[in-house]
Amino acid sequence: MGIIAKVGDWFDHRLQLAAPVREMAEHPVPRNTASWWYVFGSAALTIFVLQFVTGILLALVYVPSGAEAWSSLQALNHDVALGWFIRGMHGWGSNFMVAIVLIHMVQVFLFGAHKFPRELTWIIGVFLLLMTLGMAFSGQVLRFDQDAYWGLGIGASIASRVPILGPAIVRLMLGGPIIAGATLSRFFALHVFVIPGLLIGFVCLHVLMVLKLGINEWPMPGRIVRRATYEAEYHALTKKDGAPFVPYAVWKDLFFAAFIILAVAASALFFGPFGPTGRPDPTIIQTVPKPDYFFLWLYALLSLLPPSLETPVLLIGPVVAIAGLLLLPFLSGEGEKSWKRRPIAVLTVLLIAITLGTFTHLAGFMPWSPHMNAWSSDPVPDRYIHDSSALARQGALVFQVKQCRNCHSLGESGGQRGPTLDSVAVRLTQDQLIRQVIQGGGNMPAYGKNLSPAETTALVAFLETLHPKGQAPARDASRDVALSDEKDPGAKP
Amino acid sequence: MATKAALAPPNNATPDATISRRGFFMKLGIVFNAFAASIVAVPIVGFLFSSITRGRADGYLSWVPLGKISEFPEGETRLATFQNPYVMPTDGKTADTACWVRRIAGEQFQVFAVNCAHLGCPVRWFPQSGLFMCPCHGGAYYRDGARASGPPERGLFEYPYKVQNGVITIQAGELPTPGAATALLSGQPPCAAQKQLVNIEGAEASVDSRG
Repeated sequence: MGIIAKVGDWFDHRLQLAAPVREMAEHPVPRNTASWWYVFGSAALTIFVLQFVTGILLALVYVPSGAEAWSSLQALNHDVALGWFIRGMHGWGSNFMVAIVLIHMVQVFLFGAHKFPRELTWIIGVFLLLMTLGMAFSGQVLRFDQDAYWGLGIGASIASRVPILGPAIVRLMLGGPIIAGATLSRFFALHVFVIPGLLIGFVCLHVLMVLKLGINEWPMPGRIVRRATYEAEYHALTKKDGAPFVPYAVWKDLFFAAFIILAVAASALFFGPFGPTGRPDPTIIQTVPKPDYFFLWLYALLSLLPPSLETPVLLIGPVVAIAGLLLLPFLSGEGEKSWKRRPIAVLTVLLIAITLGTFTHLAGFMPWSPHMNAWSSDPVPDRYIHDSSALARQGALVFQVKQCRNCHSLGESGGQRGPTLDSVAVRLTQDQLIRQVIQGGGNMPAYGKNLSPAETTALVAFLETLHPKGQAPARDASRDVALSDEKDPGAKP
Repeated sequence: MATKAALAPPNNATPDATISRRGFFMKLGIVFNAFAASIVAVPIVGFLFSSITRGRADGYLSWVPLGKISEFPEGETRLATFQNPYVMPTDGKTADTACWVRRIAGEQFQVFAVNCAHLGCPVRWFPQSGLFMCPCHGGAYYRDGARASGPPERGLFEYPYKVQNGVITIQAGELPTPGAATALLSGQPPCAAQKQLVNIEGAEASVDSRG
């Protein structure tokens, strides 16, 4: 003990860090902030450190070269002892980090912690969120597989829509004219040097400000933030009802940090690393690229927006969103902190959460994408061709061969891009079916040039059989009259 | 106290008139550093933006052979691959590029980029229904590359081509993107502008390749 104390004294005589560290640890915090709601900031920091460590470990083996990155990931997964686990930790760590940063942000917002005098802490937090997302995207690129390759293509396509500067931005982003080795190298530099360096600096500032300005007190309905009086009130509060951060509040942070580390490790252990999926070979076009979890909502949004709105939303949306987040503490820097007195704040959070959640959920089964193999892999259910005429059966064949199935489901299999056709005969008359097939419309391509009259007749005959039992197919009453007058002129060639 | 008194007068009295020797040298040092920084900034910025400003009239574009035209049967659309003309040693497989070659008749071709005009995912050709379909957001195109349905705002990107000595050659080298896909500095489009939204009733000539 004596020796340890002496060594400690020797170092502290030179470093002079003990006093400021003790002061930091023992600074008084309002008693009711020692809450489980206040653990997400330290949890985000914990995962950041974890990502830092696992990232360095991965860099020991990973090769940031377009030609070799994919095989070095395979080596990590299969050849290097425990490489799969470290990859799993890093990949799951990124998912956890995005999630925890978002939860932290929501908590801070609902507790009014962005208000005076913590505006700058919030603004730096917004930059930290953007950097976290930047790390998530660039990390997905470093997993240089098919998803990464085509994901870059999507990024380039979005960037190219910037007026005038678009093509230059694309070349700058790709490091050349195409997605290739130079692209990976620059995303490696971003992911490993540029963004982490900025992150460290901003995290330090963020934490420093929390220490200097004090942790946000538990919001009480009716306790109004005013610029003139807040700091004195906060001071009085910590004096009257404060407790030292260590150990009064820190134990919850410690518990949650350990829990998060174990959760990341457990996810890595049970679910394993992410990918890599197929080799990043642009000549293999049999691929269905999909972004990682945290960008699925964007993927859905890009599918569901009307084409004319896409470019404005893509280019203006992020600017408005980021500007809104940055301006928030200036727009509502004073006033009520409690979520109980801020219904619009609560509704905004709910609206955004539900929107993102719904988009993410939709992106899970992609109703907007054709099922590229449905035409050859999903058979027409037996019950739909049982007891049907030869013509209708021929039509069922046309239905499959012409890839109708890729966009239209039958018996709950097939694409969901177009309407399901299980009861299409109830909705459309024969004439309407023929018109729809030949001319398309309503987001359906026109098949007029790719179907012979005989094929169209057969296909429509099949579609007319698709109606529930006991429900008659739709029928144009005037047609009965017309057909009874002339003797079916269409039958003769 | 004495030093404070010594420093105070220049600040309070006319500041321009009395500038100390050391103060002057400090300012000169700052100016000297600014000069050095601006000299070094030129190559740094030049390097950083070198991928945009390639010092060639036609940018990254070159004419690339795709193969003998006999490899592409008339009336059919086939996938062809070529190596990007601008290659770096670390590119590996990513330097390879695929494109859809439609031989209409004789020496009349259409060469489409595989990249969907929406967000660049690879479109697949379905000869049975005569459609290109995109797996990402569900864009679809007719056999002549015209937009059929889905989110794309235009038809497929088309490479300029020429046929010489029975070999089809295309002008390629840059990832086609939906923005102003025109190369910024060369003024020459990497992919020729494609006809917009051809109507089925429209009189656009397209050879039916059924059978």
